[in-house]
Amino acid sequence: MTAAMTNALSAPLALPSYREQSDDVRARFRELKERPVVLSIEQLGKTFDSAKGRVTALSDVSFEVHRKEFVSVIGPSGCGKSTLIRLLAGLEQPTTGLVRLDGRPVDGPGKERGMVFQGYTLFPWLTVKDNVTFGPRMAGVPPREADQKALEWLDVIGLRRFGDHYPDQLSGGMKQRVAIARALANEPRILLMDEPFGALDAQTRAGMQGHLMRIWDSVDLTVLFITHDLDEAVYLSDRIVVLAAHPGRIAEVIEVPVPRPREREQLLSAPFLATKNRLETLIYGATPAHDATVEDGKD
Amino acid sequence: MASPLFRPREPLSPRARAVATALAFVLPLSLWSLVSYVPFVWHPQVLVEQAGDASVPGTYDFIAAGERVDRESFEARNRELAEAGAALATGTRVNPIYLPAPHEVARAFYTAFTTEPERRGDAWLHESLWHSCQIIFWGFLYAALLGLPIGVACGTFSVASNLIEPFTDFIRYMPAPVFGALAVAIFGLADAPKITIVFIGTFFPMVIVVANTTRQVEPALLHAAQTLGASTRQLVTHVVLPSALPNLYRDMRVLVGCAWTYLVVAELIGEKSGISAFIYQQQRYRHFDNVYASIVIIGAVGLLCDQLLALAGTLLFPWQSGHSGLLKALRTLPRRLRAGLSGERALEVSK
Repeated sequence: MTAAMTNALSAPLALPSYREQSDDVRARFRELKERPVVLSIEQLGKTFDSAKGRVTALSDVSFEVHRKEFVSVIGPSGCGKSTLIRLLAGLEQPTTGLVRLDGRPVDGPGKERGMVFQGYTLFPWLTVKDNVTFGPRMAGVPPREADQKALEWLDVIGLRRFGDHYPDQLSGGMKQRVAIARALANEPRILLMDEPFGALDAQTRAGMQGHLMRIWDSVDLTVLFITHDLDEAVYLSDRIVVLAAHPGRIAEVIEVPVPRPREREQLLSAPFLATKNRLETLIYGATPAHDATVEDGKD
Repeated sequence: MASPLFRPREPLSPRARAVATALAFVLPLSLWSLVSYVPFVWHPQVLVEQAGDASVPGTYDFIAAGERVDRESFEARNRELAEAGAALATGTRVNPIYLPAPHEVARAFYTAFTTEPERRGDAWLHESLWHSCQIIFWGFLYAALLGLPIGVACGTFSVASNLIEPFTDFIRYMPAPVFGALAVAIFGLADAPKITIVFIGTFFPMVIVVANTTRQVEPALLHAAQTLGASTRQLVTHVVLPSALPNLYRDMRVLVGCAWTYLVVAELIGEKSGISAFIYQQQRYRHFDNVYASIVIIGAVGLLCDQLLALAGTLLFPWQSGHSGLLKALRTLPRRLRAGLSGERALEVSK
């Protein structure tokens, strides 16, 4: 770690290219691309009619997510990342293009695409356990069976003893862990996460990233993760889809050259910093800073 | 530094709050007592004890013993009597009959229940009160049975909202009592038209209020439920309803108060009945102490109902009990009692 640190501090310009992959990372990506495609996004476009006229939020976005892959979507404010994930969840309909899950076109929300939202969306009138069993109960799973499953998921997120608490009695980080468990209890084909740790303080956030990595390691789980935090994107992802704004479109898809399993020490390793460097150029280098603040909150 | 009592939005200390709450009742009561018991404060009339020499003619010779007359008339009569050299009228200064003293009203809380109706067939106070409660109950029940589902539908589905709410809003602006004549023509003279007025008075505002409350359900919760696979029906039964329920319950508490307002009008159409008829009759018999007692009793019944409903609410919606002091107070009561007891024991030891 110290070697990486001195390297990073003394010679920031001597970073390797973010395209440079070690042999095992390259082998991992080769294997990953052979896995079946879970989610495919084909020429997706979305325009809104606003008072100021027609706004193109997304234009011609195409990429694929393979099984058990962790893909992040990152971009400046106004790049349409939230629009993208709402289209994937089926909460909005695309203007052009198509989303396919396991080859079948998506129309409308469905339990095979679980979602974790940025805000707290636990049902306040249900206990933690009943929140986790919500999906299965809606699908008609017998209560006893659903409860059993819920307890297993509460074990996974380490909150079993809070099963009978109400959401208002939990901290922000705990709420988001329950939200993850609630989505996973439905055994979705893919987990869509819309800046799930955005509202948390830095320390809780780091802890949550660790939690998510452990869950992702232990379960057969495909994740599409929206974030605006560069470290978070590099730390968690196999690939990062970088969007550009006005209109929202793909700037680049980056294969993260940091080996797995990931440790927090790698935050200062050369491949990590090289990738982060590239993201910074793509996101902040291209767009003037004031533009980002003007569009703040519209995303 | 400004007094802590007048810092904007600054909560009062528990002691100051208790004092202010007590004063809220004590101050008007003191004012009332002052006007009632201190003769020179107001007392614009004289209760005549002896009318003096009634054979002396004059403009004011109508004055008779046992009557309340204006002070000016009383004094003018005495001038007439004095000019004629006759015996003067005597009397004591009193307030008008419509302002009985506090002790008279206090006594009426008891006597209003025990005095027999002046006319045979008229209702006792408790009978009137019970009758009023029944009108309220049925009027409100029918309004809620219809208004809640319609309001929830309006708050959930835009099509229902656009179909129902404009017309409801239109009717809502018509005062319910204007339907009184129609209600009597259609439903006759008994309780049905009265229940109808209470229904009309509460149903239309209820639809609007319930729709607005339902619309406040967090859309993110609906989205979350949708991504968890909930069907449209399940969204209504498992998300919209439980989410809106505590606020709907609060709305119902407010609307019950609304129903009491319409009750008073409703009871005076067709055949007069209930507490309003009782008040009306007591006024005719000039039993103003009973009138005040009845009015206060309506307030007391309303307050009691509301407090009971509030208590039931904290039990019904435990996930919100974090915000309500009562349930928490009940739950922590044993611990605080123990702490209190041990505290006292500690005091004894220190003595």
